[in-house]
Amino acid sequence: MPCCKGVAVSKSSPRRVAVLGGNRVPFARSGGPYAKATNADLLTTTLDGLVARFGLAGERLGEVVAGAVLKHARDWNLTRECVLGTSLDATTPAYDLQQACGTGLEAAILVANKIALGQIDSGIAGGTDTASDPPMALSNELRAVLLRLNRAKTPMDRAKVIASIRPGHLTPAVPQNVEPRTGMSMGEHMAVTAKEWGVTREAQDELAVASHRNLAAAYDRGFFDDLVTPYLGLARDGNLRPDTTLEKLASLAPVFGKGEGATMTAGNSTPLTDGASAVLLSSADWAAAHGIAPLAWFVDGQAAAVDYVNGADGLLTAPIFAVPTLLARHGLTLADFDFVEIHEAFASTVLVTLAAWEDETFCRERLGLPGALGSIDRSKLNVNGSSLAAGHPFAATGGRIVASLAKMLHEKGSGRGLISICAAGGQGVVAILEAA
Amino acid sequence: MGILGSDPYASLLASPLGKRMVDSLGLPKPATLRRYAVDAPLLDGPALLGWFGDDHPIAERIRAILDVEGVEVGDPFDTLPAAAVIVDLSGIQEPADLERLRAVVAPSLKRLTSSGRVLVIGRPEASATSAAQAAARRALVGATKSVAKEMRAGGTANLLLVAEGADDQIEAAIRFLLSGRSAYVSGQVIEVTGGGSAVERTEWAQPLAGKIAVVTGAARGIGAAIAEVLARDGASIVAVDVPAAGQALAGVANRLRGTALQADVTAPDAGERIVDHAHLRHGGLDIVVHNAGITRDKLLANTDEARWASVLGVNLESILRMNDAILRPGGLGDGGRMVLVSSIAGIAGNRGQTNYGASKAGVIGLTHYLGRDPGLRERGITVNAVAPGFIETEMTGAVPFATREIGRRLNSLQQGGRPVDVAETIAWLSQDANAGVSGQVVRVCGQSLIGA
Repeated sequence: MPCCKGVAVSKSSPRRVAVLGGNRVPFARSGGPYAKATNADLLTTTLDGLVARFGLAGERLGEVVAGAVLKHARDWNLTRECVLGTSLDATTPAYDLQQACGTGLEAAILVANKIALGQIDSGIAGGTDTASDPPMALSNELRAVLLRLNRAKTPMDRAKVIASIRPGHLTPAVPQNVEPRTGMSMGEHMAVTAKEWGVTREAQDELAVASHRNLAAAYDRGFFDDLVTPYLGLARDGNLRPDTTLEKLASLAPVFGKGEGATMTAGNSTPLTDGASAVLLSSADWAAAHGIAPLAWFVDGQAAAVDYVNGADGLLTAPIFAVPTLLARHGLTLADFDFVEIHEAFASTVLVTLAAWEDETFCRERLGLPGALGSIDRSKLNVNGSSLAAGHPFAATGGRIVASLAKMLHEKGSGRGLISICAAGGQGVVAILEAA
Repeated sequence: MGILGSDPYASLLASPLGKRMVDSLGLPKPATLRRYAVDAPLLDGPALLGWFGDDHPIAERIRAILDVEGVEVGDPFDTLPAAAVIVDLSGIQEPADLERLRAVVAPSLKRLTSSGRVLVIGRPEASATSAAQAAARRALVGATKSVAKEMRAGGTANLLLVAEGADDQIEAAIRFLLSGRSAYVSGQVIEVTGGGSAVERTEWAQPLAGKIAVVTGAARGIGAAIAEVLARDGASIVAVDVPAAGQALAGVANRLRGTALQADVTAPDAGERIVDHAHLRHGGLDIVVHNAGITRDKLLANTDEARWASVLGVNLESILRMNDAILRPGGLGDGGRMVLVSSIAGIAGNRGQTNYGASKAGVIGLTHYLGRDPGLRERGITVNAVAPGFIETEMTGAVPFATREIGRRLNSLQQGGRPVDVAETIAWLSQDANAGVSGQVVRVCGQSLIGA
């Protein structure tokens, strides 16, 4: 065990952070088996599954950090409320975090940093999302009327306010998958970027087929036996289509982008999904004291953002910028990784990311590198499938990837893994894991 | 217990009109059985103690247990109510000596309170030194089983055979058979084979304290009850079930503050995963309960290869394969306990369950073999099995009403057992103090008429 037994560690030197394992529910197509489950249900169940896997019932952890992208107003203290509903000791602190689709990975970075600094010894990072149970808000007009009603003093005033309500005010505001500053959906943004980079329909469909086949094979060999706990009768990801083919995918009509050059279909884009995930992190000592062998070390994380509104960069291209920064900090190149996990928001997101890193001009001009960052051997990319097959409950994707990658590194027994996750608002969160 | 334990007939009995109806029709009247609770006394009233011969060391050992437990030892020839009658007939030589059984037990029966106990102690027939002694010893079997059928009001009668030299290893069995732990065990012959070493001290309220126990098929039904009772008795639980049952499994593990291990027992590495998990997470492995099982019922004429293979694969072959890892040194620790779950279908057979019956009979063969394995006995490991009869579970709840009603009444206690009854028997077989019981198959069936 690469622990520091007998070596005095100064209080200021960061500790290594172990990824001990994870848990998630199978991800479900929106409106499917989890149609009646709330974020609180999904996260509580997921946390309890993790607690059961590691025998943590009654245990007080350093903290639990999780979040949801689509969140009800009533869930203002979601994670803490969920912790109170689990078998964990009720004195385990918790808080919510939100960084769009980067939520889950950012939560892991936060917990890892606190462990590294010695502020806590253990923690759970997670995320949940359900597109089946989205919050709906009152329209701004109706809110204004109701607030005025609240301030009205006389019955006459109140009657006047009530009389001002119009049927149109009653339409609820439903969260939309669009960027507030552009009015374009994520898919429409991605279609623009994909076109710029000349990503072909065939390449996207090939990536989607590989994702489904890899995920199905991983389930078949029992890879997820200690990563997934079935929920509400669903034992595997509902979106998984093990028998999908290039021919089937080729028959789908494009849904994002317009006209001739449109390449993005429902088959090579992630669907709306419900699910939750959680990862257990700790110091080496805590792991040893609990008889848990670390799967991997959480080495470091990095976030980046691009100005997709006024600048030249695409909405989902921020990880392209985050990774070189992180690699430079550790003196690593892409060739130093045995596994690369690039979140498949869309097949084209992955392909654009790979193309950008291979493009000498782009890397020189936009990333400030001396040349191309490098290419990634496809045999190392998303080897157990990714979001195109598993689905993508926004805040839950980070936890899914961290736990799976940690186990892959543990199975291999050596090496490094890179995680790259794009997020709304032109953001990206990336991280490095190392085999324990 | 909710809908699982719903027994409309028992509810009918509870109403005054129903009771009158049942009385006038002479229908069976199942009693509410006395079941174990941690703070319950060993017996609810005095025990009557009798014996044959001037020298009766076993009776004296039993008297010592009753003394420790504060159970008053009454006079067999008195008339006051009693909770149990115990007769030590280990010294009988010939059939004429059996009169002692009649003399002690006959007058006592009418004095027994509800869920009373008749406990007969004998020696194994196999070690008899004369034809007359063998005949007399065997006679105890027929007598005890007949008494069990005569018992009323939830009472049980069992025969405990104590091998020569094993007198100091009977305490766990005596306590089990007198207490509410054996509520649904009646008409059984259990042998203390010996070969273990007497345990110096047992904390009887927490007999499994500090033990690490693996239970397969623990997500629901009997498996969940086993995990619960082992945990109640002090064991740390590794709850194992197929990945698809993970949600329920997590609930069981968290409730018992154990760990959940999602594993298919038929996977080639299941045994190793169980051993590794128990050692790494809990620091050892002391008790293994092979409970996972499935049914794929069809008349043999309609049974295809898949139905045959899946039942034998899960219920029998998986145990053999997992045992390769579990019984290897470094797996189950010295002094370890293994309990297998057979079934009455493995004893009597069952129409439409040829595959299941084969697998559960195979479990008995496996238990007999391993229970006497010199290498395992050398390491202090015991291997026993339980064979449940009609137990009220989700599985039996799915049986059509009439069939179910027949199933639950066709036994001396005139009711179905509960998962906890199977679990209590397994918890007893898992005790350190039970070192002298190995290779036994204990039926938990209320003395079912089937396969008797």
